[in-house]
Amino acid sequence: MARELLEKTGVTLRDAAAGDAVGGVTPRWVALPETVEEVSAVLRACAEGDLALTPAGGGTKLHWGAPPERCDVLLDLCCLNEVLEHAAGDLVVRVQAGVTMGALAGVLAAEEQELALDAPPEATVGGTLATAACGPRAFRYGAPRDLLIGVTVVLADGTVARSGGKVVKNVAGYDLGKLFTGSYGTLGVIAEAAFRLHPLPPDRRWLVVHDAAPPRELAALLAASQAEPGAVELERPGPGAPVTMAALVEGTAAEERARALRDAVGAGEVSPEPPAWWDAPPYEEVLVEARFVPGALDGVLEAADAHALRLRGSPVSGRLRLSPAGQITEERLAAAVAALRERAHAAVVLAAPYEGVDRWGPVGALPLMRRVKQQFDPGRRMSPGRFAGGI
Amino acid sequence: MTPSPSPAIAPLTAALRSALPGDSVITDPVRLRTYECDGLTHHRAVPGVVALPETAEQVALVVRLCNEHGVPFVARGSGTGLSGGALPREDGVLIVTSKMRRILEIDLPDRRAVVEPGVTNLAITEAVRERGHYYAPDPSSQQVCSIGGNVAENSGGAHCLKYGFTVNHVEACEIVTPDGDLVRLDRMDPGYDLLGAFVGSEGTLGIATKVTVRLSRAPEAVMTVLAAFRSIEEGGRAVSAIIGAGIVPAAIEMMDALAIEAAEAAVACSYPAGAGAVLIVELDGPAAEVEAQFARLRELCSGAFEMRVAADAAERAAVWKGRRSAFAAVGRISPAYIVQDGVVPRTSLPRVLAAIDRLSAEHGIRVANVFHAGDGNLHPLVLFDDAEPGAGERAEVVSGAILDLCVEHGGSITGEHGVGVDKARYMPKMFTGDDLDTMQLVRCAFDPRGLSNPGKVFPTPRLCGEVPGVRKGVHPLVESGEAEQF
Repeated sequence: MARELLEKTGVTLRDAAAGDAVGGVTPRWVALPETVEEVSAVLRACAEGDLALTPAGGGTKLHWGAPPERCDVLLDLCCLNEVLEHAAGDLVVRVQAGVTMGALAGVLAAEEQELALDAPPEATVGGTLATAACGPRAFRYGAPRDLLIGVTVVLADGTVARSGGKVVKNVAGYDLGKLFTGSYGTLGVIAEAAFRLHPLPPDRRWLVVHDAAPPRELAALLAASQAEPGAVELERPGPGAPVTMAALVEGTAAEERARALRDAVGAGEVSPEPPAWWDAPPYEEVLVEARFVPGALDGVLEAADAHALRLRGSPVSGRLRLSPAGQITEERLAAAVAALRERAHAAVVLAAPYEGVDRWGPVGALPLMRRVKQQFDPGRRMSPGRFAGGI
Repeated sequence: MTPSPSPAIAPLTAALRSALPGDSVITDPVRLRTYECDGLTHHRAVPGVVALPETAEQVALVVRLCNEHGVPFVARGSGTGLSGGALPREDGVLIVTSKMRRILEIDLPDRRAVVEPGVTNLAITEAVRERGHYYAPDPSSQQVCSIGGNVAENSGGAHCLKYGFTVNHVEACEIVTPDGDLVRLDRMDPGYDLLGAFVGSEGTLGIATKVTVRLSRAPEAVMTVLAAFRSIEEGGRAVSAIIGAGIVPAAIEMMDALAIEAAEAAVACSYPAGAGAVLIVELDGPAAEVEAQFARLRELCSGAFEMRVAADAAERAAVWKGRRSAFAAVGRISPAYIVQDGVVPRTSLPRVLAAIDRLSAEHGIRVANVFHAGDGNLHPLVLFDDAEPGAGERAEVVSGAILDLCVEHGGSITGEHGVGVDKARYMPKMFTGDDLDTMQLVRCAFDPRGLSNPGKVFPTPRLCGEVPGVRKGVHPLVESGEAEQF
C-alpha cells in the first residue's frame, strides 16, 4: 500500500539497503526526485500514507543529530542538482539543493566568484543549510543563514513555498530561509536556495602561530587587528598539547597585511598555504560543538583538557569542535559535555553513537520551537526526533 | 481602515493604570493624537490607549493584560518607520518603548553591547566610537530611530552593501511573546533560528525588550569619493564596472539630476554643476587594501567629468550631506511626495530606470531617483502637488507601477522600509498564496490569537488552529471582512 503510493508519483524509487541507514535507522525506500514537483509528489504520498521521511544530501553530516524516531523514506536529493542561475553581475546564484558545494564552487570560480561558506566539496547546498554548518570564514562572512537570500521549501503536506528572492536586499515577508537553516530536516525539505556571492579574493595568506599563548589574548589581538583577518582558527591535537593558531588574510595586499599582523602579535610565520588541520572536514564519529563568547575561551579550553578532548575551530567566532582523542564511553562523553555546558553558552553533541546522551542541552525557547514544529509538521513525519527537544 | 474603539479598551485601560506607574498610561485625546502615525504620515489612527513601560516586565504585563481583554497591541520605538509598521489601532494599545533607553552593557573584548529597545541606533556607536568601534547598520534616520524598531524592520542603510543588515548584527534578543512571556532568543542557542525569524517580522511576532548587538571595529582607512556623470546611464555603467572588478565598497549611492536639484535647494551641498547623476562611493578597510582599490576605482570611473575625494571627516560629511538630506529635500521642489523602496537585481537598473522615466512622462508625474546603487535598492521619490485634483491618484499609480517593475525584474517590493500597512496589498504580486500561508504558519506559532500588530505585512491574516466544523457561526474577523478562513 505504502509502496504503491510512492510508485504512483512516478519518482525513481529503490529499496533501501543497510548503507542508507540514518543514525542506525534503516529506511524502507529511497526516493530520488529530479524536480521540485517530484519532491512535492513524494511528500504528498508520504502524507497520504503517514510515512516518515528524512531528506539527505551528500551524506557528510547525516550522522549529525539524533537518529530519527522512524524513517520510511530517505529522500535523496542528489538528482536535484542544477545550478539554476548564476547572475554574476548581481553576485547572486540560485541553485537546487542537491548541488554539491564543490560543483558550485567550480561554476562560480569561472566568473571569479565564490559562495563564502567553507564546506566539504561533497556536501550539498541543502545539507550545508539544514545543519547550518559553519567554517572558519564565518568570522568574516557570517553563517550559512547570513549568505542565504532566498529559499524554496516543500512542506510535509507537499506545499511548495518560497521566501526571500534573488536580490540581496529584501525585507518583504518573513524569512523562512533563516527558520529552515539549521532545522535538520524537521520542518520540511529545502529544495532550492539563492545566495549572495563574493568576488574570489585575489590573494590569500595565513599567519600561523605555534605555541600560541595565552590563546584568548592572542585571538583577541588577531581579531581586532586592522589587517582584518577573514578567519582566526586554533587547533589543539590533544589534552595538554600546545595550541596552534592561524589567521587568514585574504583580498588585496594580503602579503603586506599578513606581515603587519605578524608584527602586531610578534610571532608566527606567513604562508601562502593553510596549516593541514585548517577547515578539516567534520567526519568524526563523536563530535561536540561548543558555542561561547570569545571571553569564555579559557574555560572551554580547560574543560576540554580535563576531559581529554582535542579541538579546533574559531576562538573569535566562539565556535570550537571537540572530539575525543580515542574511544569515549557514553558516561565520559556526558561528563565532558556537562563540563563544557558550564563554561560555554551551549555545547551541542553533533554526532555520537549513543542514544542516552543529551545532545542539545537546555534550549530556552523550546516551547516556541515546538509550536513552530506543530504548525509546519503536525503529523511529525519530517525527520521526527532528530532535533532539539525531541522535535 | 481601522476599527473604531472597542468596548474592551475601558476596562483594559483601568487595569493598565493600576499595573503601571501613573505617567505611563496615556488616555488624554490630545496626547494620544501625537502617536497617530509613524514616518508614513498619510496613514493615521489615534490609538485607543498608549502605554509607556519602563521595564521588560512591564511590557510583558501590558501584553498579558491585552491577552486577557482580547485587545490588539502595536509596538512603537521612535516612530520613524516609513511603511506604517507602527500605525496604531483605535481599538488597541500602543506600547511605546521610549522610556527604555538604557545601554545595559558594553563588552568590547567580546564586541557586544546589550541595550534596551528605545536606545537610538547612533547612541550605540557614540558610546563606543572613542574606543575604535561602531555599530554597523546605519539607516538614514540613525540619529533618532530606535534599536527596537531596527530589529522589527531589519533595517539596512547605505553601508549594508558590505556589512549586511540588522539581522546580521544582532546576537540575541529578549522578547515578550504575543502571549506575554519573556523569552530569550540567542544565535548561539541550539534549535530553530527563531532570532532570525523574529528580526524583520515587523512587530507581528512580539516585542524586543533587550537587544544584544555586535560591535564592529572601526576600519583603518575610509575613502569617500564623489563622481559626477553627465547622465544616469554613465553612472550606472561605472557601478557595473566597480562590482565587475571584484570590489565591494562599503557603499555606492547614486542620485539623479532632480534629486541633486532638491538637495542643492535644501542644503547647498555644492555637487558639481551640470551633473546628470552623482555617485558616492565609499571604500573602507585596511589602508593597503583601500589604497589599491582606490587606484582601480579611478580607472573605473573614467567616465566621470569630475571626481572629488574627501580628505577628512569634514569633507566626507560634506559629500554625504546631499545624499542624507535627499528625502527631506524634495519638500523644497514638491509640495508632496511618495517614497518607494523597491529593489531590482543591480544589472537591471538601467532598464528599470528607463522604464521609470517613461512612466513619469506618461503620467505627468516627476520622479526623483535616489538609490543604493550597489545593491539595486531604489528610492524613487514620486513628486506631486496635493492641491492639484487627481495628482495624488496619478502619483499612486506611478508608485504602484514602479513596484510592479521591480517584481517583474525579479526584485522586491521593499529593501529596507518594510511592508507594514503600506505595501501589504502588494505582497501577492511577489508571493503566491502558498508562500504567504506558509509564512503565516510562523505567525500562528508565535501569535495564534493575532493580537501582535495585526493588519501589517500580510494582506489577509490566516486564522490559526481553527478546527473545521467545531466553530458555530462565522468567525468575527471573517464577518467584518478582515480575514478569510483557510
